[in-house]
Amino acid sequence: MSRPDDLTENLASLRRSAPKTVLDDVLRRTDFVDEYAVVEGPTGPAYVAWNGRGVTAFVPVDAVGEAGDFERRHPRTAIPTDTPPARLEKHLEQTLHTGRLGRLPIDLSSIGEFQRKVLEKCAEIPPGEIRPYGWIAREIGNPGAVRAVGTALGRNPVPVLIPCHRVVRTDGKIGNYAYGSPMKRSLLQREGIDPDEIEALAGRGIRLIGSDTTGIYCYPTCRHARGISDAHRVEFRSEADAETAGFRPCKVCRPAAA
Amino acid sequence: MTLDTLTERLASNRDGAFPDLVRSFQDGIYSGALQFTRNRSDAEDVTQDTFVRAYRALGTYDPERIRDLQLRPWLWTIALNRCRNLLRSRARHPEDPPVDEHRDRSIDTATEATANADLAMWRVRLAFLSGPQRTAVVLHHVVGLTYEEISQATGRSQSTSRSDVRRGLARLRTIIAEEEQ
Repeated sequence: MSRPDDLTENLASLRRSAPKTVLDDVLRRTDFVDEYAVVEGPTGPAYVAWNGRGVTAFVPVDAVGEAGDFERRHPRTAIPTDTPPARLEKHLEQTLHTGRLGRLPIDLSSIGEFQRKVLEKCAEIPPGEIRPYGWIAREIGNPGAVRAVGTALGRNPVPVLIPCHRVVRTDGKIGNYAYGSPMKRSLLQREGIDPDEIEALAGRGIRLIGSDTTGIYCYPTCRHARGISDAHRVEFRSEADAETAGFRPCKVCRPAAA
Repeated sequence: MTLDTLTERLASNRDGAFPDLVRSFQDGIYSGALQFTRNRSDAEDVTQDTFVRAYRALGTYDPERIRDLQLRPWLWTIALNRCRNLLRSRARHPEDPPVDEHRDRSIDTATEATANADLAMWRVRLAFLSGPQRTAVVLHHVVGLTYEEISQATGRSQSTSRSDVRRGLARLRTIIAEEEQ
């Protein structure tokens, strides 16, 4: 009963529509769209977005509002999900716990070279320590670009994870933060830094601390400066002051190009 | 949107045009893969993999090369390759269950069940064809590729592709006639 025409007709009828999931899955696998979820951050719940290359955004829920608002301000299409993939979630928890990026991948591929360098340098600042904007500018080989460093950090897509809260004004004031100065202070406090103490020191014009036993000077929050006992503690107003007194810069916090 | 505009858009703005590439060809790739693999989930994997690989490949091509692409046969070169690899790895790991349509929980209507039984029946019939005949018959009569496109996708000449289809159809007629005896 299958006449010749039936055969080709039957074959043509085997055509099917692809499942609706194909397009979404392909776009996800080619990192066209990011996924996002809400996780517990250091200052409350936060939106975290990611794709196959890494985390693309980390924003306090309070700062953005509803999920729809987050999706609108996210630079790429973001699809809500329950939780990040297990591996990413593990490294994210690790980062939030230790204050270090560790093995958490961050996708900075859509960010310009200068800003990427600034953010990568910023990620090197250990928890519990702060550096001035000028330090980043000098470390990335652009000592004059202090304001640009400030702008680049202000647009940090993954604050907290890349710790731009650990970068302060060159005069020692805690300075601005994309999500407000109070959040910056509270993030620093969680890491054992007393912002008032830092600002009080800066208020007296002190920017560097040295030890007269080693002859080395540091930023006040450098882990080497914190070990200096009061008896051997020397305060400096500037790198020049310290150098004049015969001190050399610390090789860990690098307050001046060594 | 014609395919020429699509290649032009892919050449000038890969990311902007890529979702449309998927939308334009996903049904065809999936329909063919349904016949070349053993079940829907394999067919879906092949379809996804094809576009993911196409996307990566496009990233390595310069705009001139993208403008010259024959999209349908180009995608099918990738898809056929995916099908072959999948079947090869299935053959090597026979413990993987050859999932059948009947196990698909989404089949809940009689119509759908019939349509799937149909797919399964044709898959059995097509299994009697030689590889190149099956490929050519499915690409021409199910997916709708021209002989020229089949030839570009498989690397066999146009006249060979034509006779692959003709012989494949002849074989299918014999098989169907035998079924009816």
